[in-house]
Amino acid sequence: MTLSSFIVRNAFRNKRRSMLTMLSISFSLLLLTLMICIWRSFYVDQVAPEAARRVIIRDRVSLAFFLPAYYRDKIRAVPGVVAVAPITWFGGRYLDDRPEHFFAQLATDPDEYLKVASDKIVPPDQLKAWQQDRTGALVDVTLANKYHWKIGDHITLQGTIFAVNPELTIRAIYHRDPPQNGLYFHTKYLEEALPWFKGQAGWYSAQIDSADNVGPASKQIDDMFRNSPLQTKTESEKAFQLGFVASLGNVKAFILGICGAVAFAIMLVSANTMAMSVRSRTREVAVLKTLGFTRRRVLSIFVSEAIALALAGGIVGVLVAIPVIAGLTHSFIGFGIPLDMHVKAPTAALSLLVSLLLGLVSGCLPAYNASRMNIVDGLRHIG
Amino acid sequence: MAIPISYNVRNLKLRKGLTIMTALGIALTVTTAIFLMALLAGLKRAFVSSGNPLNVLVLRKGSEAELSGGFDASLYPTLTSLPGIAKDSHGQPMTSGEWVVVIVLPRKDGTGEVNVTVRGMMPDGLELRPTAKLIEGRWFQPGQREVVVSKSIRDRFSHANIGDTMEFGKGKWQVVGVFDAGGSAYESEVWGDVNQMATDFDRQGGFSSAYLRATDPIAADALKNRVSDDQRLKLEGVLETDYYAKQTSSGAPIKVIGIVVGVIMAIGSSFAAMNTMYAAVAYRGREIATLRVIGFSRPSILTSFVFESLLIALLGAAAGILLMLPFNGMQTGTSNAVTFSEVVFSLQITWGVALAAVAFALIMGLVGGFAPAWHAARQNILSALRS
Repeated sequence: MTLSSFIVRNAFRNKRRSMLTMLSISFSLLLLTLMICIWRSFYVDQVAPEAARRVIIRDRVSLAFFLPAYYRDKIRAVPGVVAVAPITWFGGRYLDDRPEHFFAQLATDPDEYLKVASDKIVPPDQLKAWQQDRTGALVDVTLANKYHWKIGDHITLQGTIFAVNPELTIRAIYHRDPPQNGLYFHTKYLEEALPWFKGQAGWYSAQIDSADNVGPASKQIDDMFRNSPLQTKTESEKAFQLGFVASLGNVKAFILGICGAVAFAIMLVSANTMAMSVRSRTREVAVLKTLGFTRRRVLSIFVSEAIALALAGGIVGVLVAIPVIAGLTHSFIGFGIPLDMHVKAPTAALSLLVSLLLGLVSGCLPAYNASRMNIVDGLRHIG
Repeated sequence: MAIPISYNVRNLKLRKGLTIMTALGIALTVTTAIFLMALLAGLKRAFVSSGNPLNVLVLRKGSEAELSGGFDASLYPTLTSLPGIAKDSHGQPMTSGEWVVVIVLPRKDGTGEVNVTVRGMMPDGLELRPTAKLIEGRWFQPGQREVVVSKSIRDRFSHANIGDTMEFGKGKWQVVGVFDAGGSAYESEVWGDVNQMATDFDRQGGFSSAYLRATDPIAADALKNRVSDDQRLKLEGVLETDYYAKQTSSGAPIKVIGIVVGVIMAIGSSFAAMNTMYAAVAYRGREIATLRVIGFSRPSILTSFVFESLLIALLGAAAGILLMLPFNGMQTGTSNAVTFSEVVFSLQITWGVALAAVAFALIMGLVGGFAPAWHAARQNILSALRS
C-alpha cells in the first residue's frame, strides 16, 4: 500500500462522516463559485469586441431627461461613428406589476437599431416585417418562449412613465448570447401617441468603427454638446451597466463578505471533521509512531487527509454549480441586471484552489495534535 | 421518562471544541441571514416610516411615481380649493406643488455615481413633512438658489456640506442646511424651492406631484377619492403612506439573493451539525445502551439527542446575533426600483429579525440532529453494551 492510497482510504474510512463533510463543503463551495461568477461577470470579464465599440450617450445630469432628436445627426457626423439609434426606456407593465413580469421595454428606430446592436441576430425577413409595421415589436427569444409569443401575436403594454398603452404585434424574434429579455418597438409609435414626446429620445446608442476610436469619439461628442442646453455623458455600454450595479449598493463589499463567511464555514467544518477523525484514531496514531513513522510523517498524513476531503467536496460543489448557475443567470435577468454567468475554467480552478487551501489550513491544528501525541498515552487510550 | 436537560448540557461541555466549532458554523450562517434580513427590515422601515397618513399625494393618472408624473400647473388651484384640506400656519390651505428630478452625484468613497432625488417644493412642503428636522444651518429661502440636504446625503457625497455649492440643472446651488428625516425615504433627498428648480430644468408651468394635508384620516380618504374621481383633473390621489409602502419592492433583489445564499449555507451547516451529532452518538454508544437498560425509552433518547442538537443551534444563533449587533444601524444605500434614485437606509436588527434568526438556527439544528438521534434511539442494546 502506497502512502497516498493509505491517505485516501483513511480519509473516506468513515463513510458517513466523509460524506457529510463533503456535502457540507460542497454546498459552501457552490456558493463561493456563484459569488466568483458574479464578481467576474461584473468586474473582470471583457465584453465582446463588438460591444466594446458601442457607446451610450445620455444626459449628463440624469437618465430621466430626454435628449433632443437633432443630437442624433450631430453624433452621426462625429468621425468614427458608424450608426446611431435612439433608445427610450418605456418601463411599462405587462400583465401585472409583479416583479417576475418585469422586462426591459424600449422604444427605438428599427431602421438603424440593429446596425448598432449587431450582437442581436434577427432573420432578415422578420427584420423587414418589423421595420414596416409601426406597431411591430422585436423580442428576445427567451422572453418569447416565457410568454409563448409567436410571430403575429398581439400584446398590450401598460404605460406608467408614458400615458399610453401600446398595442403591439410581435414581428421579429432575436437571438443573443447571453439572452437579455428585451422588447423593442417603434419610437414613432410613441411619438404619434404622445405629441409632446416628438423630437426626443431617452439616450443614444452608437457604434464606433474601431476600439481605438471609442475614447476620442466619446470625448468629441461630449465636447460638442458642452455648451448646449443639455450636456451629455458618453460612456461604454459596460460602464453604463456597471452604473446600475453600483446603484444597488456596495456590491463588492457584499460579495466579499459572503465569500469570507463561506470560507470560514468550510474551514470550521473541515477542522471539525479532522478533529473527530484524529480523536477516534488515537490508538492508531500511537501504533504508527511505534512502527517508526516520524512526527512530520504523521503530520503530513493528517493534513493530506484534510486536503483530500476538502478537495473532494470542492469538486462536487463546482460540478453542482455549473447547472445551478446557468439556471440562476436567467432569474437575475428578471431584475434587469445584465449577468453573463458561466462557470469558466479559471473560476473552477480558483474555487478548487480555495478548497485546497482551506483543507490545508483546517487540517493543521488537529494534525499537529496528533503528531505530538505521547505514544504510551495513545496506546493506552480507550476510544 | 425524559432524560434531564443537564445531561445534554454536561455532554456539550465535555466536548467543548466540537460544540464550539459546530455552533460557530451555525453562527456564520445565522450572521449572513441576519445581515440580509436586517437590510430588508431597514429598507422596509425607511419606506413605512416615510409619509404622513394625512398627506394625500397627487400624481398624473396612470403614473406610478413622482418622477414619471407631471401635470399642468393650471390644475393646481383646483386642488388647493378642494374641501377637507387642513390650514397651514398662515391660515392658507396646507398644500405644496412639487417638482422632482433625479441627478447624478459621485459617492464620497469613489465606488461610483449614484442617482439622487432632488425635490423642489413650496414653503408649505416643510410643514407637510414635520418628521424632517433641521439639524444644521437653515432651511432654503423661496426664490433663492439654495438647497438643504439630508444628513446621509451630506455624509455620503462630496460637496454636500454647508457652504459648499452643488452643480446641477443650469448652475450652482448653495447648500445652506442639513436635515434629519429620521430614517425615512426623505433621508435620501435634496430639497429646494420649486420655482427655482422648475426654471433650471425647463419645466415651468408644471408640477410632477402635489401634496395636500387633510384635516383627519376620514377627510384624507375622501380627498384621495375626490381627486381620483374628478374627470376634469385626470389626476390620481394616493395616501402618502400607501405610496411609499409600495416602494418596498425595491428590496426584491436583496430578497432573492438572501434566499439563495441563506438556503445554500443552511444546508451546508445542517450537514456539519449532523456530522457532529453522529460523532456524539457514536462516541456515546455504550452510554446510550446503559440509559436504555436503566429504563429510558426510545422516544426519550430520541428527544434528548434532538434537544442536544437544538442546544448547539441555539448557541450558534446567540453567537450569530451577538456578532451582528455592532452592525445594527449601519447606513447603506440601494437603488429605489420605483424612482431609480438612491434610497439610503440603515441595517435594522429588529426583534422580528432576531426571532427569525433563532428559528432559522433551530431548523438547522433539527435537520442536523434528527437522523443521528433516530440512529441513537434504534441502537441494539446488547451489541452497544459490548462494543
